[in-house]
Amino acid sequence: MSEKDWPLWEVFIRAKSGLAHKHAGSLHAADAQMALENARDVYTRRGEGVSLWVVPSAAITASDPEDKEAFFEPTGDKIYRHPTFYEIPEDVKNM
Amino acid sequence: MTADTTDMTADQKALFEYLLRLGDNAVVLSHRLGEWCGHAPVLEEDIALINIALDLLGQARSIMTYAGEVEGQGHDEDALVYRRDEIDYRNLLLVEQPNEDDFAVCIARQFLFDAWHYELQKALLASSDEQLRAIAAKSIKEVSYHLRHSSEWMIRLGDGTEESHRRIQDALDALWRFTGELFESDAVDAAIAAAGIGPDPQNLYPAWSETVDRVLAEATLSRPEDGWMQSGGRAGRHSEHLGYILAEMQYLQRANPDARW
Repeated sequence: MSEKDWPLWEVFIRAKSGLAHKHAGSLHAADAQMALENARDVYTRRGEGVSLWVVPSAAITASDPEDKEAFFEPTGDKIYRHPTFYEIPEDVKNM
Repeated sequence: MTADTTDMTADQKALFEYLLRLGDNAVVLSHRLGEWCGHAPVLEEDIALINIALDLLGQARSIMTYAGEVEGQGHDEDALVYRRDEIDYRNLLLVEQPNEDDFAVCIARQFLFDAWHYELQKALLASSDEQLRAIAAKSIKEVSYHLRHSSEWMIRLGDGTEESHRRIQDALDALWRFTGELFESDAVDAAIAAAGIGPDPQNLYPAWSETVDRVLAEATLSRPEDGWMQSGGRAGRHSEHLGYILAEMQYLQRANPDARW
């Protein structure tokens, strides 16, 4: 059994309750259970998280770099979409 | 260094001896696992094995520090680990058995040990000894994971390819003769059990046996027959393998006593 035969998985870690899972990296594993345990062993050795997701890399549909202009550049001049034009009441913290 | 136990009470002597057994198991198995560093079949498993080795080493440190206090001769964890001779080591023969460059051997050894170690730590959660209780409370979480890891590999290898099945069955058959020692009882065990410090080793057998049967069934492996069982590690009578481990492990402290980074 060689590592090449094992599918690739993407690893997502939730650092603490309330935060979202963030992509941490990838690894090889024969199945979901092994992927989860490998993720635990490889990516959470220093207290990085409280929850793990593993997703088969093949299940991820990624945007095409060639679509970059059409996908992302049009937002560049639409600064009004950022909520920076509102006055925030003093009582509201952490905005 | 030979332990000078003259100033200890009988209870302290038994406890010191018991702690050495626990600590030496962890040290020696940790060393065996450490030999896989950079050599495991895949990168993920390389890290997994070293994580387990480091868990065991951490457990050994707590146990040996405590052993040094019980002994009262001013020996710290390093003195006990690096300056005791082979004949003073109290580990089970199972944990010193070599890897043979075979991952199946590593997994079979680990599984047989983990299934026992888990029951032991569970029993120590109820120890009358506060220190051992505290060490067990931390260790049980680690050991639960170790058992899960080795159990799943037993199943993957047993129920895997023809070659993996053959190799894990061979490893299991070869190591089975060292499992009798896990449940042996002597005067130290009797004293420890009577004081409520640790379990009677025999009491760990039913749960160990059940775990072994459950995992082997799922792994499509056969449980070896209980034949002649080799023992002696706990009394300092070791296989030829321990000497090589200690030679490597103790070299630096023997050549340069009290060397520091």
